[in-house]
Amino acid sequence: MKLPLKWLKDFTDIDASPREYAHALTMSGSKVEGLEVLGSGIDGVVVGKILTVEKHPDADRLQVCQVDVGDGTIQIVTGATNIKVNDLVPVALDGSSLPGGIKIRKGKLRGVESAGMMCSIAELGLTKEDYPNAAEDGIFILEGDPSPGTDIKEYLGMNDTVVEFEITSNRPDCFSIIGLARESAATFGTSFRIPEVTVKELGEPIDGKVSVEIKDPDLCARYAARIVENVKIGPSPRWMQQRLRASGIRPINNIVDITNYVMLEYGQPMHAFDLRDLKGSRIIVRRAENGETMRTLDGQDRKLDESMLVIADAERPVAVAGVMGGENSEITDDTTTILFESANFDGISVRLTAKKLGMRTESSSRFEKGLDPENVINALNRAAQLVEELGAGTVCKGIIDCYPKKYQRRTIPFNPKFINGLLGTDISAEKMLEIFRRLEIEYDEATGTVIPPTFRPDLENEADLAEEVARFYDYNNIKPTLLEGRAATIGGRTRKQKIMDMISQTMLSCGLSETYTYSFTSPKVFDMLNLPADSPLRKAIVISNPLGEDYSIMRTTTIPDMLRVLSTNYNRRVEEARLFEMSYVYIPKSLPLTELPDEKPVLTIGMYGEDVDFYDLSGIIEELMEVLGIREYELEPAKDDPVFHPGRTARLIIKGENVGILGEIHPAVAENFEAAERNYIAFIEVEPLVRNAATERGYKLLPKFPAVTRDIAVLVDEGIPVRNIEKVIIDKGGRIFEEARLFDVYKGRQVPEGKKSVAYSITFRAYDRTLTDEEVSKAMEKITKALSDELGAQLRM
Amino acid sequence: MREQLNNIKLEAEKKLNEAGSLAELESIRLQYLGKKGELTAVLRGMGQLSPEERPRIGQLANEIRSFIEEMLEEKTKALQEKERSMRLEKEAIDVTMPGKRRFLGKKHPLSIVLDEIKEVFIGLGYEIAEGPEVELDYYNFEALNIPAGHPARDTQDTFFINGDILLRSQTSPVQIRVMEKKKPPIKIICPGRVYRSDAVDATHSPIFHQVEGLVVDRGVTMGDLTGTLQLFARRLFGEDTKIRLRPHHFQFTEPSAEVDVSCWTCGGKGCRICKDEGWIEILGAGMVHPNVLKYGGIDPKEYSGFAFGLGVERVAMCKFNIDDMRLLYENDMRFLRQF
Repeated sequence: MKLPLKWLKDFTDIDASPREYAHALTMSGSKVEGLEVLGSGIDGVVVGKILTVEKHPDADRLQVCQVDVGDGTIQIVTGATNIKVNDLVPVALDGSSLPGGIKIRKGKLRGVESAGMMCSIAELGLTKEDYPNAAEDGIFILEGDPSPGTDIKEYLGMNDTVVEFEITSNRPDCFSIIGLARESAATFGTSFRIPEVTVKELGEPIDGKVSVEIKDPDLCARYAARIVENVKIGPSPRWMQQRLRASGIRPINNIVDITNYVMLEYGQPMHAFDLRDLKGSRIIVRRAENGETMRTLDGQDRKLDESMLVIADAERPVAVAGVMGGENSEITDDTTTILFESANFDGISVRLTAKKLGMRTESSSRFEKGLDPENVINALNRAAQLVEELGAGTVCKGIIDCYPKKYQRRTIPFNPKFINGLLGTDISAEKMLEIFRRLEIEYDEATGTVIPPTFRPDLENEADLAEEVARFYDYNNIKPTLLEGRAATIGGRTRKQKIMDMISQTMLSCGLSETYTYSFTSPKVFDMLNLPADSPLRKAIVISNPLGEDYSIMRTTTIPDMLRVLSTNYNRRVEEARLFEMSYVYIPKSLPLTELPDEKPVLTIGMYGEDVDFYDLSGIIEELMEVLGIREYELEPAKDDPVFHPGRTARLIIKGENVGILGEIHPAVAENFEAAERNYIAFIEVEPLVRNAATERGYKLLPKFPAVTRDIAVLVDEGIPVRNIEKVIIDKGGRIFEEARLFDVYKGRQVPEGKKSVAYSITFRAYDRTLTDEEVSKAMEKITKALSDELGAQLRM
Repeated sequence: MREQLNNIKLEAEKKLNEAGSLAELESIRLQYLGKKGELTAVLRGMGQLSPEERPRIGQLANEIRSFIEEMLEEKTKALQEKERSMRLEKEAIDVTMPGKRRFLGKKHPLSIVLDEIKEVFIGLGYEIAEGPEVELDYYNFEALNIPAGHPARDTQDTFFINGDILLRSQTSPVQIRVMEKKKPPIKIICPGRVYRSDAVDATHSPIFHQVEGLVVDRGVTMGDLTGTLQLFARRLFGEDTKIRLRPHHFQFTEPSAEVDVSCWTCGGKGCRICKDEGWIEILGAGMVHPNVLKYGGIDPKEYSGFAFGLGVERVAMCKFNIDDMRLLYENDMRFLRQF
């Protein structure tokens, strides 16, 4: 909402500078978003009157003018052709400045002195939209009769500052000059007055000229109308145009400008119909019929339905109620009789209609917040008064006012103790009542209640009253306290939160940096992952109004997002990336969604780079298992996942439960993502980790007796995972077995084709004695035999 | 013989003094004290001496032996030390060469800010609550006093799954979920992802993070809200930080406020970061609306509470001077490693 400060002064006298004013209003709850000093780039430009126009002696296209600029006559050379003697034009004098930082200096044009410049609208930073009568590319010929030498900013109404407010949805009353003036007066403690509105009503009585009927009073609480005859359509006066322009509204003609002016001033949107277009001279306020259509004033054909309220005549809709009028009853240059509408429509209905039709207007954005039905007549009378003032027509005697259900004013108990208790203050009841008075909130001493004014639908309960008190007391005068024993709680993290933190911390310690990616993605990622058509991952939640296909489903896997991050880095020539993310996947219980989905926390790891291989990845997982105290886990070869390399991928199995996958991304998938040749990704569900984590630690006695270590190397079939060899060693090592450490895997010379040599260093120890050679040898024999029996292993050394 | 012994002593002393290496010392030891050494040979010849002379010569020989031994030991020590210091000198390395680093990973800037916020509030006795991101319209709007058709819904362009289910546009629905499950005293913060239909640009992201706070008990005041936020702002932005509350409107709080903190770059004088305001808006807050308490199953006549919410991206961008929000979600290693 734009407020020209000069307009404000019609209602209250504020002396503060624009900056002080903006600050004070912001601090009392009307947030100022910006200050615009009108014409701030213009300096030293005055009205000039052209006295003579002569041809330039040496240039066919130039003219030499003598111009009266108030305190003298100056000579100006111009290339413009749209000027003639007696025209009034803006003249930028020597040393003046124009918007965009342009400085004007006197000089010579083809040898003839020119002491200034006549300006076009563009040179003054104005647009043709604002000044439709101005020449497109020529000098701006001024209308009216300003005297030469007048500052152009004064002529244009630009010696003003416009304050832009953010109006919140609870304060429809502040969507008006009067509402903001009331707040301003309450803030500064100045007096507030609305000048009396009188209408002469010199026309015939309104009776019988038109009938109004409200068919849906639930959507229209009040509909009032006046008729103006002998209308003379023409431009509105400059002062009105200036105020409209400063408020961001384009002047059109006197009648339309009056409706807009009243809307800005009173906050009550109005509409004017050409009465001859209202079939049967009837106004019927009703729901549209399904399939009914109407062309609105913006030239668009609108399809209406029964959820929308329209203003209709005897035959057809003539306006979408509270949103926009119809072309079929528009004011035109030859309009002679008009009907002014001032009505109160249901906020929700207007909002939903405007949304459905995709046309939020100045009118709808006011109605949707819920307007004051008691304001309807004030606005209508103000419009009538302006018609008379402007000589735009003859106002008929009387008003048609359909007001089926009178607005019931609310009462709220006035309870200073509650207010002070909620705020933590000690404000006197008198002080509170003084604030209420300024806001026109009445107090009924007999019942101990307050009665908010009709324009404040937001005041419903005692907490609302507390806010009114607090904002004029100043929030920042409330003494800060720290609960002082109230709400005493211990607080802290849950076990799950702690474990999730441990996981993140472990990833950081393993050299992985943390990423954040979007939780919605494109449905194309499933094809990019080469997933089969029946993959359960494809069952994703679809957003009904996404930002675009790329952001249209909630992710069921984080692998594509990690691949994208890796790809981004790779394509930016980052040599190596080591990353992780703790995030969620969204798994629907059924589709279409009828209940909330499972939001599963997942750990995603992604890496590429010259020094990165599968074992870096599995090493991180092993480290994580160690930190979480999970011992019963296995990495099981996974050959059948289309996303991953069939020979370099494992599933993480904890106590028989599949909790994730880790491995090298399949080259075909890597190609789809334009990623590096080799990318290593792990996707691990976090909940099983939380469930199985054993973070309590116990202490085992340090060994007192020495260990015996024996090395063993065996030849086995290439395809046998070392994990199987380890299992045999652990199993057959007996009670004295302590540890088996893999130290060599070798294929090549001296090892037959299809075989590999695997070497372990096995440690034995007893807690209560030094082991004998014999004991250890026996254990080693058992191991060797079992390796040979179970895995066909041959001893190498 | 005495003379012979004295000669040995002088000679050995001279040699020992001249010896320059441990090997030389060893050969000196062998020459005099070894089985075939000169001193040993002298002692072996003692049998020829008279009984009177024997003890005296014996004593002298022993003295000389001790003398040589002591001197040997001393010399050995000195030479060892010398050799060690020579070795140490040779072993000198260029300590300015780069160290063998174990590169730790870096926390994402959003996590850094989130963790700082969590620490402050856990220290004040808050629990960390969680709630779903795919949420019911009821919790996201209705129970927060924003009925269907209310214009306040327009200020949060919401992603919908269907008529009843949406992507939460704020972390506030967790307020209701917590109140439904827990009786006062309640003191929680809820960090989490929220979704709004804003196109991606330097200052907007359709996904961002908020931290919600909620305190409910008997007699909780707006002064408690101010005090809590002041403390929080000091912890997060430095002890000199001031806060400023401006009246505002939220459907689920009454009174409501927007909260600014004094600019941590210029201290309130006005600079580029705060756009010459001296203040930076970071929070929305207020006293929990009585209707919201009711929706949470809490009697507003008995209890009161305050709530606040802040945008994590905004704080992170201000704190780390990040000028483009997209950097936070692009995850370029060269960006991430700076934190």
